Amino acid sequence: MLRDIRAELTKQARRPATWLLLAVAVVLTLTFGYAVPYAGLSGATSGPPGSGRGLAAMLPDAFVGSALGGLPIFVGALALIFGVLVAGSEYGYGTWKTVLVQHPSRVAVYGAKLVTVALATLAAVLTLFAATAGASALVASLEGQALTWPAVSDVLLGLGAGWLVTTMWGALGVLLAIGLRSVALPIGLGLVWLLAVQNLLASIAAPLLDWVAQLQKVLPGPNAGALAAAFGASAPGVGQVVGSGQATAVLAGYLVVFGVLGGWLLHRRDIA
Amino acid sequence: MRAGEVYGFLGPNGAGKTTTLRMLLGLIRPTSGRVRLLGAEPGPASLARVGALIEGPAFYPYLSGRANLRVLADHAGVRRTRVEEVLDVVSLTERAKDRYSTYSLGMKQRLGLAAALLKDPELVVLDEPTNGLDPAGMADMRVTLRKLAAGGCTVLLSSHLLAEVEQICDRVGVLDRGRLVAETTVADLRSGGALRVVAEPLEQARDHLRHRYGGVRVDGRALELDVDPGEAGRVNAGLVGAGCTVTELRWHEPDLEQTFLALTGGTPDAA
Repeated sequence: MLRDIRAELTKQARRPATWLLLAVAVVLTLTFGYAVPYAGLSGATSGPPGSGRGLAAMLPDAFVGSALGGLPIFVGALALIFGVLVAGSEYGYGTWKTVLVQHPSRVAVYGAKLVTVALATLAAVLTLFAATAGASALVASLEGQALTWPAVSDVLLGLGAGWLVTTMWGALGVLLAIGLRSVALPIGLGLVWLLAVQNLLASIAAPLLDWVAQLQKVLPGPNAGALAAAFGASAPGVGQVVGSGQATAVLAGYLVVFGVLGGWLLHRRDIA
Repeated sequence: MRAGEVYGFLGPNGAGKTTTLRMLLGLIRPTSGRVRLLGAEPGPASLARVGALIEGPAFYPYLSGRANLRVLADHAGVRRTRVEEVLDVVSLTERAKDRYSTYSLGMKQRLGLAAALLKDPELVVLDEPTNGLDPAGMADMRVTLRKLAAGGCTVLLSSHLLAEVEQICDRVGVLDRGRLVAETTVADLRSGGALRVVAEPLEQARDHLRHRYGGVRVDGRALELDVDPGEAGRVNAGLVGAGCTVTELRWHEPDLEQTFLALTGGTPDAA
């Protein structure tokens, strides 16, 4: 399986779309975590979450929350797109048969894809942490503030949380791609769920219907938001509907379910 | 199939050739029956001895030809240096660094063949490998396949191009609507020729030949006799002796297409 992982890593590392997704994640995180709040620092004091971020939220000791702020929304969406590309492109390019006639087992190839998603999301989260740490240091120097960093344990916990959230969304992308055997439809449906349905449930349905409010506690999006909020993240879709422990357990559960279901589908289905 | 032969898998479009090959390679499962590949169920163990190109080449367009093969070498569990060897076999070394998306169809087919050879397989399964190739490319492919067979590799070649099969294959299996309707050598498939005679007056020639040889078929202005090709001289002498003028006398061998259509119940238009 190690060689299958190397093959998958080669495919994704040399793919321009992979680097584009990473660049978009970094740019959006810095834009909405630092550039916009810093530009509006003197004026905006109220409005949507994130618009009134104070200086304290942009300083080094709060950079973990800034790095995680985009995870429940755009970074999660980008991870889902990446997951779809990892598995769905094999359908799009017609390369499943090219790979599988080389005799690796389907389970090994699938496992390699999940490992690749996990390694790529880890790299992405590390990049986001590095970028936000750099941005926070820049803000501190511009504002003449002290460079006070969070405890290493908090940074590591934040990294773990970010990795869990992005890997979970990536695994959902892989599952959708295998389930729908394509690229465009899984991306479309995944984004509709992630960016539209979850927000509609949270903002419209949950305040009106108690059972929807309860349902929120076991859905992936709200739990991802809750986990990010536990680290001080502040952004649309980020709210502490459950504690960080429960959120971690729910997200890990989704990760396992998505992973197993995708492998089962790939194993039993014909490669058309 | 016999070891070291080039076996042609013939059949009209929709006969089930590719479906059969997909079952052999474990890509799809049969709804009934069993598939045996090199004496075992299709799976990683048996597929380790098989190279295949199914339904045309499919690779990652953003990778070079070489990178594509390296990725597949990793999946196949073979050393990456093998990539250079197969690139050389298919004469693609010079363009190996270029992106796959820039390749011509002929180059893509050759890369597909290279991928099939990565494992140095005992059996190579090729589905329409000359599709889209120009005459020179087709000739190159034929030479490569014959070299493989000469080196002890068994080749299963699926095609609907009869001329291709005729030139490359030792034996053929003809598939029609999912059933094997014939399995024989190309020579046997083409056997059953007749001596074709054009002579005047036609009726006098026909009567003479019927009296002498029995069954004679009339095909327009020509007569066809089921005799040995070596009988042509005596047929000619007999007709001249009977007062006929012979204007044409030749051995007529049915072409593979006619045999193929007869076996598969097709018509020239449909084929």
